[in-house]
Amino acid sequence: MVAAPFGYQRVSSFDEAVQALHERGEDAKVIAGGQSLVPMLNLRVARPEWLIDINPVGAGPIEEHGGSLGLPALTRHRAIEESEVVRRRCPILAEAAAHVGNVRTRTRGTLGGSLAHADPAGELPCVAVALGAEITVQGPDGARQVAAGDLLVSYFTTTLAADEVVAEVRVPTLGQRSGWSFLELSRRSSDWMVVGVAALVELDAEGAVTAASAAVGGVAERPWLVPAEVLLELFGEAPEQALLARVAERAAAMVDPDDDVHASGAYRQRVAAVLVRRALAEAAARATGNGSGAP
Amino acid sequence: MSDQSKQRVTLTVNGEHREAWVFPHESLLDVLRDVLGHYEVRYGCGEGVCGTCTVLVDGEPVSGCLLLAVQADGCSLVTVRGLAPAGDLHPLQACFLRNGAAQCGFCTPGMLLTAWALLQHDPRPSRERIRRELVGNLCRCTGYSKILDAVEEHAAEAAERAGGHG
Repeated sequence: MVAAPFGYQRVSSFDEAVQALHERGEDAKVIAGGQSLVPMLNLRVARPEWLIDINPVGAGPIEEHGGSLGLPALTRHRAIEESEVVRRRCPILAEAAAHVGNVRTRTRGTLGGSLAHADPAGELPCVAVALGAEITVQGPDGARQVAAGDLLVSYFTTTLAADEVVAEVRVPTLGQRSGWSFLELSRRSSDWMVVGVAALVELDAEGAVTAASAAVGGVAERPWLVPAEVLLELFGEAPEQALLARVAERAAAMVDPDDDVHASGAYRQRVAAVLVRRALAEAAARATGNGSGAP
Repeated sequence: MSDQSKQRVTLTVNGEHREAWVFPHESLLDVLRDVLGHYEVRYGCGEGVCGTCTVLVDGEPVSGCLLLAVQADGCSLVTVRGLAPAGDLHPLQACFLRNGAAQCGFCTPGMLLTAWALLQHDPRPSRERIRRELVGNLCRCTGYSKILDAVEEHAAEAAERAGGHG
């Protein structure tokens, strides 16, 4: 199919984008990589009056400051996947980016666009929630910071106002004792996840868990952060299989995914239990240095 | 610039300077086929899934159905016809032919361009890497093995030509 007609405005700064959005209100939509938006336009699921093209804003380099990496909103998935600094300092993000769509999706698709689109089966939203990424949002009154978990509220729904745009994404760098894992089940390798899990585990010198975080995609209206009270059971303990399995089962019991054409809710719940266990185990193995390198 | 009317875009297609007047909602795929006569770029799904409309935009594979023509303004494009001079085959195309890596041929331009772009980044990719890179190019005839064979064979031959170690 072919998209319905729309007006098109190119902007060369986020300020200009905000101004254009402010003037055009709900009838305007920002286009970044367009890998989710343009299919929606072609299928006429989305019918905006105006597209505000922020691509001319461009993406500066990915920068490391202190304990975090700053990624410009227009950083392409491919650039994340191939970035030396991301692979070294926050490898879970590079791994998740490599799982997005196909090579063409990754050539064009952007980190900011993926978060603003808020697909509950998106890889990057899932990792952003697990990492506690901070999003810089630009609006008419300047910039504000919002945690990924507060940006993403439901299916394709964020707390972005109609005249706000994602400008930058900040993720923490992972320390020496931190391990990570990103696992997903999909029907074909370029598809959206049926279920995906991003997990981080930190161990002390004795091999006991000192910090853990996990987010599950595909089981709720947004990436679901495993509650701290569940992960707390790991703290101070060695990450043994039986313990990880118990925690994963407890976490999966808390979700109630819907049935859809790809999988039943019960199946998603089962897969969530398996993947949370495996992801915690892989993250713990990497934290001890026994599981570094590609999964 | 903010307009719903036609805009002029300037493109380089296979080294040739081209201009077209396009509506903002027209995809690069539509403009290449319907305005510029590049029928080798094909419509498959219109959702960026099948890879049949793959075009190299500034050297990187892009879904022609998901890029607005106005967004390609000023870009350098390569379609499958740009891989070799008219009448010739690129060695990668020759490998496809030799390996029987095409049946109906509908997906072949996208396969060739995606494989060509991969080899620019990684001249000796593993079979696994080739598979991963071509995962977004669907073929409903061949079963893919011969396509992987062809890309592997071409990479091996190119390495041999380049320095005899391969």
